[in-house]
This record gives sequence, structure tokens and C-alpha cells, in this order.
Amino acid sequence: MIEREKILEVKGLQTTFFTDDGKVPAVDDIDFHIREGEVLGIVGESGCGKSVTSLSIMGLVPSPPGKITHGEILFENMDLTKLPEKKMRDIRGNDIAMIFQEPMTSLNPLFTIGNQLQEAVKIHKKDWPKKQIYNRAVEMMKLVGLPRPEGLMKEYPHQLSGGMRQRVMIAMALLCDPKVLIADEPTTALDVTIQAQILKLIKNLNKELNTAVLLITHDLGVVAETCERVVVMYAGKVVEEGPVDAIFTDPQHPYTRGLLESVPDMRFKKERLYSIPGNVPKPGSINTGCRFAPRCEFAFDRCTAETPPLYQTTEEHQTRCFLFDPKEAEKHDRTIVKS
Amino acid sequence: MTEQLLKVEGLKKYFPIKSGIFGKVNNYVKAVDDISFSVKEGETLGIVGESGCGKSTTGRMLMRLLEPTEGKVTFDGQELTSLSSNDMRKARRDIQMVFQDPYASLNPRHTIEKILMEPLNVHNIGDPKERKQKVHEFLEIVGLSSYHAKRYPHQFSGGQRQRIGIARALMTNPKLIIADEPVSALDVSIQAQVLNLMQDLQKELKLTYIFIAHDLGVVRHISDRVGVMYLGNMAEMANTEDLYEKPLHPYTQALLTAVPVPDPAFEREEVVIKGDVPSPANPPSGCRFHTRCPFKMDICETTIPILAEVEKDHYVACHLYEESRPQ
Repeated sequence: MIEREKILEVKGLQTTFFTDDGKVPAVDDIDFHIREGEVLGIVGESGCGKSVTSLSIMGLVPSPPGKITHGEILFENMDLTKLPEKKMRDIRGNDIAMIFQEPMTSLNPLFTIGNQLQEAVKIHKKDWPKKQIYNRAVEMMKLVGLPRPEGLMKEYPHQLSGGMRQRVMIAMALLCDPKVLIADEPTTALDVTIQAQILKLIKNLNKELNTAVLLITHDLGVVAETCERVVVMYAGKVVEEGPVDAIFTDPQHPYTRGLLESVPDMRFKKERLYSIPGNVPKPGSINTGCRFAPRCEFAFDRCTAETPPLYQTTEEHQTRCFLFDPKEAEKHDRTIVKS
Repeated sequence: MTEQLLKVEGLKKYFPIKSGIFGKVNNYVKAVDDISFSVKEGETLGIVGESGCGKSTTGRMLMRLLEPTEGKVTFDGQELTSLSSNDMRKARRDIQMVFQDPYASLNPRHTIEKILMEPLNVHNIGDPKERKQKVHEFLEIVGLSSYHAKRYPHQFSGGQRQRIGIARALMTNPKLIIADEPVSALDVSIQAQVLNLMQDLQKELKLTYIFIAHDLGVVRHISDRVGVMYLGNMAEMANTEDLYEKPLHPYTQALLTAVPVPDPAFEREEVVIKGDVPSPANPPSGCRFHTRCPFKMDICETTIPILAEVEKDHYVACHLYEESRPQ
């Protein structure tokens, strides 16, 4: 495989929320990158910081109370965290675009679809004549498979179904040929048959337009189906990163393994589901040691005392677990005990 | 075969669409349109379908939280649909419900003890001391501790709240539990805990479940039999293994191929159905699935297919199987 160039790189990112209960780092020292034209998935359960990560990249962290307190986000030799808002606005929606979970609430109910699509182009392509903007909007609607695009331009969001609205959102995100598309749970609010259509669309667009996609989701099935590489997050930290095949066939972090074991599979019946004991910790409640240690069946003394670094286990695969420290490897058995 | 606990015949729910200042009824949303099925004692019947297919409406009608427009529900030999509201309340002692949203279904101003005690008060079970004891007992059964009784719902996580919801449903020693999307608001790791709990409780307390969900993986895991609903109709119903291994209705087939599988090596078949679910206010004529069906025939546009047994215990409502039907 030809090594593709890194297009977006997140280095040591920490986003902290300053609340009444003190400082809460929702995302704590995470590193990852997206290469040109690739689909990268970020998976994790609620509260793991996956959405805050995407908002940090877009410069949309609600401030106050949130703030990027550490680290850099490199895009085309620029550090997005240090850009003035005006400059950021040129990038947002133009070079980096985002689609959100709720197609119902992310479109303005008072404006027509056409109005909202054209507005997005107008902001970034100030010198385009009206006709060209209109044509661009129609062209994008055709590209995402919306029927009778010219008629739809005059309609309002409430006249469209959920799947069609999500297609409009995708069309809107693609209007300015973004280099990176961030999709935050794009199919969570949709039914399975519609979800299949939207995922196929995102995959096709990635291939045809060579847009890099950052797909944020909690659904491991969606990840397996669409992504090339996966980042697994837990309680604000990256716990494992690797190519999709490696993550699913040879998951290394106990959390990743537990997560994969606990999903009911539609293809066969498991007698009993494996379940990770306990609950996801409140953000900011665990500051020393591995954040998964209280729920981990392999945890030993070192896990609660020190924070594990990311260990490189193969060329592409990293995991944040002491079991993969060469010094510990012989001492511990890594087989998962199924209850 | 074990005894039938619940029997549903020709159940319908039409919601009127009103317009104008006088609220003239000019159309109906046919949320549930003529469905029949039965549930055997001790089994889990899964009901799956996409949003708007009428699965939740069905669940609510069984308890008469919604009045059916037409049809008959018989539970344990008693016809529920003809009971007075007072008698119905008594009958609900044996049928309890677990709701989807563990945040909205617990009163935030009541302690857990008060929430769990309420069903006992309503049904006049035991004296205050026994009631308290029972609350503590059931908290332990669902995996919480008795000291949780004095706390308020906001002090619990989503998974714990769902455990409380389950405990509340169990307080009256019901025979049947209707669970409407009980795990869809939970994270995967917590979802597995709650599913395991529900399976353990079923064995221990000999419960019968009607499990309503949209997640096909979850339904396969927990159900003995599964019914697939589409736009207010029952499209197919069979034992879980048969339905997942050999789906007959084109809609079930499409639904099963559309689910993303957590295995990157898995090559799935092309999803053949296109478009969206039509509005239940104006459903297609004939078979309701014909607008999206890849095998559509002329008869599908005009005649409503009936749910008939095509193979043993395998029911399907589709014109494709009319010849193969045993006479």
C-alpha cells in the first residue's frame, strides 16, 4: 500500500470543561491522524470524549465552559487551535466540513432547502455568480441521490423524511469540496434500511471524491463496515488504535475486547453475552492510573498507580495497556475469562 | 406445547387526524392495522420493525394504556378488551411494562423506595413493613443494594435506572412483562448487563416477555420467537432460528441484510430495498411493502396478503408464498 500523506493530525489534544465541580478534562492528551482519502473511525461509549474531539477540530467547543487547554491540531501546516476565529471560519465548512447526528435539528425549519444549501456556498465562494451557486447546489443534491433536486430546492425541511434530511446535510457538507468530512453519529437517528443507504453513500463519496472521512460512532457494526482504521476511546483517552481488521480480529486492550464480546451478533446466537462490569467513570473522576482499571479483569497494582503509555504492538497497531509492556507480558495471562 | 398466555386477535389502532377549528376528522393514521398473534407461557416474543411500524402502539394496547380501535386481547383466559377500567387496573397486576427511556420513566421527585412501593400500594399488596422488605429484596434481585432505596433517580446512571425500571415491573409478581426498547438508550457494555439480567430473571421467576426493539441483534439474542412488523401489519412471524436463517418475507430479508455486522471480513449482500417507509396515514394499497419490494407482482398492488403458515410455525404475509402454502 502506498503511504498516503497525513492530512489532519491531532497531537496531545486536551479539551477541558471548567464547571462548578472543577476542571473536567473531557478529552485528555489524545493523538491521532487522518490520511488523505481514508475513512477513520472513532468508537467509544457515551462520555468517552469522541464528540468533544470532533468539536475541538472544528473549533466549535462551547466556550465557556469548554476550552482547548493543551495540544495542537495540524491541518495543512496550520495549527487550528491557534487560528483567529475569522480564519477558522474560512476553513470550517470549506476545507473541513461536518455532519451531525440529528438531521431534524441541524436544518433551519424556516428556510427552504435551496436557501440553506446556497447560503453555504455563498459564504465561501464570494465571487461565484448566482446561477453557478444554484447549479452547484443542484449538482450536489443529485450526487447524494436525492430525487427531483430542483423541486426539493423549494421545499422546507419538515417536508422531507429523516433519511432525505441526512442526505441534504451530506450534500451541504460537500458543497465546497472539503478535504476532510467529519461525520458525528450520522446514522444513529435513522432506521437500519436507511442507515445502510447512507453508509453506502458516504463510502462511495469517499472513493469518488477522495474526501477523507472521520466517522464518529458508538456502533461497532458501522465501524467494521465503513472504516479503514479505528481509534477506540475510553474516558477521554485513546486506548487502542489500528487497522480495522486488526482491531476486530486481534483486539488487544481489555476494553476493546469486552466491547466486542458484549455486542449481540445478528448472525448467530450467543448463549450469554459477556458484560463489562460496572459503569463508565464520570469524566474527571479518575486521574491516576489506567482509567479502565476499576472495570478491568486483568488489572494489577501497576494499573492503578501509573498511567500506561501507548505501546506499539505491530507497525500500525497501538494499545494503552500494561499487559503489552514487554516487561509485564510474561507475568500475566491475557486470555479473557467469559462469565 | 405450553399454554397460551396471551392471545391477540384482529387488533387495530387508528389515530384520527383532525383539521379545521371544529376538529373534523378527515383521515386516520393506521398505526396498527389488524394484527393477530399469541404468546406462550415462559417464552420471549420479540417484535421488531422500523420506526412508525406500530410496535410500541401494539405494546401499549396490550396493557390498554391505549384503547384499541378494534380487536380482542385475551390474557390468561380473561378478555382484557371488555374489562372496565377498574377491573383492568386489577388485571395489570399480572402484566407490567418496562419503558425505553430510563430518564423519563422515573419520577425525579420520588425516592427509589417510593417509586418501587407504588405498585404495591396500588394493588394493596402486604402491609407497610412487608412492602419495605419487598423493595429491598427486589433491589438486590436486580443487582442494586438496599441502601439505594433512599436515593433519587438522578443519582443513578442510565443502566442502574433501567434496573430500577425492571424492579418496579417485578414488584407485583407479574406473569407477563412488556419491554418496549428497554436497552436502546444504553451503551453496549451496559446493554449486555441489562440483557443478561432480564434472561436470569426470566429463568428464576418464570416470566413471559414481549420484547419490542429495533435492534435485530438484540432481538435475536433474547427471543424464542420473533414477529416482524411493517407499517402496522405483521409481515412475518417464526421461531428465532428460522426467521434469521431462512427469512421468507422480502422485507425481513432486506432488514437482515441492512444490519451492519461487527466483522470487517464479512461481505454482506447488496441491500435491495430503496426509499423510505411510506406514511401510515396514507399507506399503499394491497401489500403495504409493494412500493419498496424487489419482487413486486400485479396482485401485490390490489390484494392485502394474509399472514398464513407456510412452513411449520413459520407465518408470512406475502403473495410469493401463496402456492407453497399447505391447504
